[in-house]
Amino acid sequence: MGRFLALLMGATFGGGLWLSGMLNPAKIMNFLDLAGTFDPSLIFVMGGGIPVAAAGYWYMQRRTVPVIFRDIQVPLRAAIDRNLVLGALIFGVGWGIGGLCPGPALASILIAPTTIGLFIVAMAAGSLAYSRWHG
Amino acid sequence: MTEFTPGLSVLGGLFIGLSAALGFVFFGRVIGISGILGRALHFDFGEIQWRVWFLAGLIGMPLVLELSVGSLHGFDPSHPLAMVVAGLLVGYGTRLGSGCTSGHGICGISRLSVRSIVATGCFMTSAILTVFVMRQLIGVV
Repeated sequence: MGRFLALLMGATFGGGLWLSGMLNPAKIMNFLDLAGTFDPSLIFVMGGGIPVAAAGYWYMQRRTVPVIFRDIQVPLRAAIDRNLVLGALIFGVGWGIGGLCPGPALASILIAPTTIGLFIVAMAAGSLAYSRWHG
Repeated sequence: MTEFTPGLSVLGGLFIGLSAALGFVFFGRVIGISGILGRALHFDFGEIQWRVWFLAGLIGMPLVLELSVGSLHGFDPSHPLAMVVAGLLVGYGTRLGSGCTSGHGICGISRLSVRSIVATGCFMTSAILTVFVMRQLIGVV
């Protein structure tokens, strides 16, 4: 049950990304290019996604126990610290350079293995570098 | 130039939100791709390996759609060198900042997490500035 549902959730997420156009790095770059060839599509992705996710979160809290797991594990930290801000700023620079974030990169690895493969190997290296320096 | 696609993008967003909602209701977890990837790199899948199955669906479904329906939006990647630099920054930054567009942008904002709202503001701002510098000031891509 859990495995099948997780597979279904992954397929839903990947299918959603594919439908939304977010697998094309040029659409991300154009969203970010306010002064140039601006394409506001990404705002519509967030506008569709956030309310549905919020409904799920609201229902999870009302149930107090998830359907499959025994406990809720969501980040509870509230502090706005240097790592959060610095990390997000660095991520944004990379997002702007490549037009790719982790979800769309993984979702398009089989569609464009060579180009996306380069990004994913570099992303894995960046993540491992973090573990080495901060882990 | 890419075509503005409000309808398809809202529809895609609804599916992404549905996936995140199922993650909350059934697993009590945040669907954050950078977090799932970070754990996978250390072979730390925990629990019933639900993250492996999630990744299989995430990676497999777009290929199935691409082969059966065709490409809806095209695919125009940046220069290979840009991919490498971008990948390094995204990999490092998402770990340092505890999340990416899915964990902070979709799940975090839906929980009204102040940390996630601040993080989303930060990465949107630096990304917009980066594209402005690259395209408008330097004139690349």
